[in-house]
Amino acid sequence: MPMQFDVEKVKDKLGIGADKVYAVMGEFEDPEDLLEAGRKIRQMGYTKIDAMSPFPVHGIDDALGIPYSKLGWIVVVFSMTGLGIALLLQWFAGAGPMNTLLLRFGLSGYPLMVGGKPFFDFSYSIPVDWELTVLFTAFAAFIGMWAINGLPRLYHPSMNYRNAHRASDDRFLLIVEADDPRFSPAKTSDDMRSVGARDVEVVEG
Amino acid sequence: MSVVVEQNPALMETNPPLMPGEPSLHHLTDRISSIIERKVGDTPLKYWITLGTTASFTVLMVGCLTYLALTGIGVWGNNRPVGWAWDITNFVFWIGIGHAGTLISAILFLFRQKWRTSINRSAEAMTLFAVMCAGLFPLFHTGRPWRAYWLFPVPNTDHNVWQNFRSPLIWDVFAVSTYFTVSVLFWYTGLVPDLASLRDRAVTKVRQWAYGIFALGWRGSARHWRHYEAAYLILAGISTPLVLSVHSVVSFDFATSVIPGWHTTIFPPYFVAGAIFSGFACVMTLLLVARWTLNLQDLITMKVLENMNKIILVTGSIVGYSYCTEFFIAWYSGDVYERFTFLNRAFGPYWWAACSMYTCNVIIPQLYWFKKLRTNLWVMFIISITTNIGMWFERFVIIATSLTRDFLPSSWWSYHPTWVDMCTFAGTVGFFFTMFLLFARFLPMIAMSEVKGVRTYEKHAFAAAAAAGAEKVH
Repeated sequence: MPMQFDVEKVKDKLGIGADKVYAVMGEFEDPEDLLEAGRKIRQMGYTKIDAMSPFPVHGIDDALGIPYSKLGWIVVVFSMTGLGIALLLQWFAGAGPMNTLLLRFGLSGYPLMVGGKPFFDFSYSIPVDWELTVLFTAFAAFIGMWAINGLPRLYHPSMNYRNAHRASDDRFLLIVEADDPRFSPAKTSDDMRSVGARDVEVVEG
Repeated sequence: MSVVVEQNPALMETNPPLMPGEPSLHHLTDRISSIIERKVGDTPLKYWITLGTTASFTVLMVGCLTYLALTGIGVWGNNRPVGWAWDITNFVFWIGIGHAGTLISAILFLFRQKWRTSINRSAEAMTLFAVMCAGLFPLFHTGRPWRAYWLFPVPNTDHNVWQNFRSPLIWDVFAVSTYFTVSVLFWYTGLVPDLASLRDRAVTKVRQWAYGIFALGWRGSARHWRHYEAAYLILAGISTPLVLSVHSVVSFDFATSVIPGWHTTIFPPYFVAGAIFSGFACVMTLLLVARWTLNLQDLITMKVLENMNKIILVTGSIVGYSYCTEFFIAWYSGDVYERFTFLNRAFGPYWWAACSMYTCNVIIPQLYWFKKLRTNLWVMFIISITTNIGMWFERFVIIATSLTRDFLPSSWWSYHPTWVDMCTFAGTVGFFFTMFLLFARFLPMIAMSEVKGVRTYEKHAFAAAAAAGAEKVH
């Protein structure tokens, strides 16, 4: 029997649908105006605020209270993993045991005697250690950033705002999301207008 | 933009804006996107002619490599003792060219050199294509490219043979493959916001889907930008030491051997400086062609070109200094083989190669001391090409002349490239330009979001400076 798939239920869970309110959005022409408005909106007590802009606006994080990115910590963990794997790999290839259970999986070391040098030494492993550390760092930064941002995704309710397409061009949008405790469509729209936003709209989810 | 700012004349003189005039943000998006949003039929004829020419060279490359793979590397001119010949010369040459892209995108980013924004995207793309060309040579030099995965430490039940990690050749495998991967990630990360702009402007379904999928749903949220900037900084921060390490490792291939002329400790910094030198020259060639064919004078300004020429002057001088040091050390070491190698380079059978290398790399770039010459488009176009000729000869001189005559005169031999050598190299040049032309046609050649950011904050900085100046007067 095919699994029952209730589209409405899923939409409800994701907060998507014509009957759901996503946020109140408004636009600005200048990044400085956006900063000013963001600060004022935050002083009014709103907490679920976001902005959309064609380039990173300096100072927007402080204005909207966006916390510091923790990406660096994630990346450091993966960098060290890369370093560990590089060391383990080179130790195993050069000085790893030849006859163990690992042999069943096709894994055994291949010690090479070259001029009486030790089978494994830290000094010769440095270039590969470094390269694998960099490789893991890059992948962690790349994949980690998209994961934290919840991307890629095909749909986002902010696309329903009439000027959403201009946020990647020349407009700066301010958003107060509907799950903000102080949110009310009419009052929040008025607040947005009072801080200078234009084309203020209640955007559906 | 709503603010129109009177620019401070004194400030303009010492630090002129990156872009003249007052283009609005929308104008910038439009300007850069219009290059790629043209209908296929509206692309200028000169573009198709150039693409056709370079594409036929690419076909030549494919043909030569197929012939080589079916026959064996005996079709190249490599012999005993010149086991590394044109192919490894070309490998080092292309890798070196790639390094300028990373330097422009990563190192200049860390140093907050804002002029980089109009050229970094194309320089990064150039890196990728150059590394692709570079990778082909060692791949086919193995003779059996279908076994190339043996270069990687893949657990293998048939052999249980592992790589010798003491060898710089395996370091090279790791360095170059990491370099290519990280460059792709860095380039793509920078591209995403611009792909989102193109998606939002798309008028056809195909474009909307193609750019939409690769834009990953980017919407420019302030929270996203925060993590994005962190990721970009991390990528730039690791790419900077990475690019230095890659060419150092390439130089270890030579420096850790015992061949006179290779066995020197100066190689890592000397190779890195040479790589940046040739890479900047190659970016210059591509930019001048793109600037001319696509009319990008307002985006790629003379200030950008002049700054690049200054870097070419600096790195060219470092290369010249390294040549002098090599000669001095060869004499000072008292080693007869080392002394002979350097005399043989300058006066032996390959004197003409050494001569073109000294002329192109050391003497010609010194013309850039004169402002008139470093701001002349024809002069910089010619020097950008002579620099790359000189740098190709540098690698040829290091590799071929050292190998033709080493310790034992009984094993001396000479080296002549075959037509396959020449056609393969010409083919990679064609492949490089084909990729670049396709990139310039279908992807934003200039980083829109970065240019817009720099433009806006430049304007605000001028406004602040003008206000501060006015206060001082009163």
